Amino acid sequence: MASPQSRRMDVSEASRPVLPRHTKLKFDGTRERWVLLAPERVLAPDEIAVEVLQLCDGNRSVEQLVDELARKYVADRTEIGRDVVAMLQDLADKGFLIEARESSAS
Amino acid sequence: MTASVVGTSSDGLSVLEKRALAGETYGIPLAVLAELTHRCPLQCPYCSNPLELERSSAELTTEEWKRVLTELADIGVLQIHFSGGEPTARKDLAELVRYANEVGLYTNLITSAVLLDRDKLKALADAGLSHVQISFQGCEPTVADRVAGYKNAHEKKLQVARWTRELDLPLTVNAVMHRQNLHQLPQMIQMAVDLDAHRIEIANVQYYGWALKNRAALMPTVEQMDEAIRIVEEAEQRLKGVLAFDHVIPDYYAARPKRCMGGWGRQFFNISPSGKILPCHAAETITGLTFDSVRGNKSIAWIWQNSDALNRYRGTGWMKEPCRSCAFKEEDFGGCRCQAFALTGDAGNTDPACAFSPRHEEIFKAAASEAAGEAVPFIYRNFAGGTVATGPDEA
Repeated sequence: MASPQSRRMDVSEASRPVLPRHTKLKFDGTRERWVLLAPERVLAPDEIAVEVLQLCDGNRSVEQLVDELARKYVADRTEIGRDVVAMLQDLADKGFLIEARESSAS
Repeated sequence: MTASVVGTSSDGLSVLEKRALAGETYGIPLAVLAELTHRCPLQCPYCSNPLELERSSAELTTEEWKRVLTELADIGVLQIHFSGGEPTARKDLAELVRYANEVGLYTNLITSAVLLDRDKLKALADAGLSHVQISFQGCEPTVADRVAGYKNAHEKKLQVARWTRELDLPLTVNAVMHRQNLHQLPQMIQMAVDLDAHRIEIANVQYYGWALKNRAALMPTVEQMDEAIRIVEEAEQRLKGVLAFDHVIPDYYAARPKRCMGGWGRQFFNISPSGKILPCHAAETITGLTFDSVRGNKSIAWIWQNSDALNRYRGTGWMKEPCRSCAFKEEDFGGCRCQAFALTGDAGNTDPACAFSPRHEEIFKAAASEAAGEAVPFIYRNFAGGTVATGPDEA
């Protein structure tokens, strides 16, 4: 069991974020859109958030994830890196992402 | 359960309902509260179950629940909250969790934890349970066991909470707060951190049913509420990224009423142990409504669209003044229908929690004077219709 203080995730390019057991990204066929399911919450991620969350598989580092996005969109890597780290930090602060090494048996 | 709003920021998230349903009186339900049973070993005097509890012989069978879960997933429900009573009193809970997962529902367990042991919890984890919420009545046994009306409840809950995290299940501590335990709020927040919980729901008691019967024993003072808000704001900042917070304040002390259930029959519903489809867990307190059952020959999809009870207070068309011409009517939908009925005798009136209600001043004053008055004994929740506590050693 991780100690409580170790849960706080400081997102950097070395992080390997993954969705914890209680947060599920799912394509909702009825509403025809992606949804993020969390305790007592149903959230609607925008297109970019969906793409980023799909890449948070616990294997990729943020560095690899940013590289992929920068290649795909032929965009400035520094700028994408800054935006993605900020987004992931927000998601982590809300409890929707954890470090892969913390493990979740989902 | 209250609709929560996560603000949009750089996280790329918004609340699904607000976008999808703008201008509609209802949409595809997001989540359902499944009250599997009204049986519960605890006797909390603020229980959200109706005063008239349903007997176990009337409960839906395993097969009936499975049919219900299939229908829910088919119409687009995303989350199922297994609740009660005490849902773990059902021997088929793990089977239902597994089935709900198979049909694609996000499964949440809302439990008092006192009937769980490690093996039962392991079976639920193996069945694919997504999340566990354990209610706590205090931060130590003296207050907590007295409120629950159950010996050793607190120790048992702590033990089950530790097993929950050992099994790597995500945990929310449901801290149910009122006048008699609000002084323990800082310790309850620390308890959640020590238990390695992911989230704490600081739920001030809402006053319907059993809680309304016990209002004089439970209503906090304005000063207690202000202090609680300060404590939560400080802790939320300090524990960012460690513990997520939800804070439900008692609406008697708010100027604007709550957007109850996100709007009546708009995005949630409740299924009672015998299969009645209710707009919320307290809706049966309103007399004169007819509820459809999953046991009849109507599908859940049909009931969601056509039920008399669901349609009665949907949207804004039913409103009288001061709601009808109010600028906030699409924001809060006039507050809570059950509270309007309980306090004014007409569910179509403005919720007196609203400052625009002609009854607001009078009811606020009554509550504040109860809060400032002498402590009165609890009336414990049970199938006998309630038992008055005989003394502080009741538990």
